[in-house]
Amino acid sequence: MKPAPFDYYAPTSLSEALDKLTELGYSGKVLAGGQSLIPAMNFRMARPTALVDLGKVKELSYIKPTADGGMAIGTMTRDSVVEEDLLVSERFPILVKTIKHIAHKQIRNRGTFGGAIAHADPAAQLPAAALLLDANLKVLSKAGERWVKAVDFFIGPFMTVLEPEELLAEVVLPPLAPRTGASYQQVSRQKGGYAQAAVISTVTLDGADRVKEARVALFSVGEYPLLASKPNQVLAGQVPTAEAIEEIAAYVAKNECDPGTDIHGTEEYRRNLVHVLVRRALTEAVQQAKK
Amino acid sequence: MTQKVKVAITVNGTLYERDVEPRLLLSDFIRHDLGLKGTHVGCEHGLCGACTVLIDGHSARSCTLFAVMVDGSEIKTVESLGTIDNMHPLQEAFHEKHALQCGFCTPGFLMTAVEYLEGNPNPTAEQAREAIDGNFCRCTGYENIVEAVQLAAKKMAAH
Repeated sequence: MKPAPFDYYAPTSLSEALDKLTELGYSGKVLAGGQSLIPAMNFRMARPTALVDLGKVKELSYIKPTADGGMAIGTMTRDSVVEEDLLVSERFPILVKTIKHIAHKQIRNRGTFGGAIAHADPAAQLPAAALLLDANLKVLSKAGERWVKAVDFFIGPFMTVLEPEELLAEVVLPPLAPRTGASYQQVSRQKGGYAQAAVISTVTLDGADRVKEARVALFSVGEYPLLASKPNQVLAGQVPTAEAIEEIAAYVAKNECDPGTDIHGTEEYRRNLVHVLVRRALTEAVQQAKK
Repeated sequence: MTQKVKVAITVNGTLYERDVEPRLLLSDFIRHDLGLKGTHVGCEHGLCGACTVLIDGHSARSCTLFAVMVDGSEIKTVESLGTIDNMHPLQEAFHEKHALQCGFCTPGFLMTAVEYLEGNPNPTAEQAREAIDGNFCRCTGYENIVEAVQLAAKKMAAH
């Protein structure tokens, strides 16, 4: 239950951190809040050769409103800081609701917003929230910057398009359109525990209560967070009826997720959860949008 | 050769400067290097909450942090709360409400509750229950702990 030895670097600036990552290449790994990585290291499931701790890189910790009504969040911003930020709760109430489901207070006090996204745990909330909210991810290396959409970022369990010399520096959330409702739904064995299946959704309505856009992100039911395509295909331009939502929920559970079987539940059970949770999530998001 | 890193960490008001291995967990730094054994280690992977301490005023699991990560920080452990002759109101409340049996988990509950009560001076039973949702107790069934947290809130308000 003790981690294996590793080399440790604690740069105090972003440029120093990027230099170190380039120098270390495949043997380097970024340490952000450590709330997923360190347990994995304690079990020796993870044995990085060298860690580059971003804890002292103060310039990566901030929450800034963007001019278009969105938010830009620095990668090292603690989850609890995002959770308690007034502007975040005004512009993205669904994000606050989602963060409250991440483990427990003690972990949200240390875990970081960008760290959780870069870690890409298929059962984690923030990768799915990034996907749902169509986040733009600013990726930096010594060679420069590139921007990756959340939908292109995740490629497998704990795998992203980040190269060893790169780090995720900032998460930009585009504004939610007016008349957007949202919902977070999960089933887990206890509060703060891993979800057996979870669904986050947003629905945007026009002036005549027809759907402009319906987005549904699923997690804990595949190798990485999934954005379902059926909801928008069926609902766009339509008044969302209970029948249409039921049809979508059944389709998504059957065709747009890939849950596994473990001691907590079978694949069949998890597909059933997806069916129920997608129905609840879309129903609640529509109600919220009408408010 | 094993790498050692110089850290300066304030624990319960005392500044400690030590050379530590990067892999040393904060919980082990507190218990083994400083000899402060009030911080208990249960699961050692961030589930049970027994090792909860305050870092710059915020609760955290000391078993899922390396000591090198809190260089320059101020840590408070359960030893900072009170003594047997001069207990913190929260400790008095745990005593009076019989909120512990074996006591292994208690330091974690105390450090979690002390942070919570600072921002939430008058919790309902439901809120108190939610505040301790990151801590496991295998003896009490939690009922007395919830009552103790509420009683502590009243005691602290009267102080």
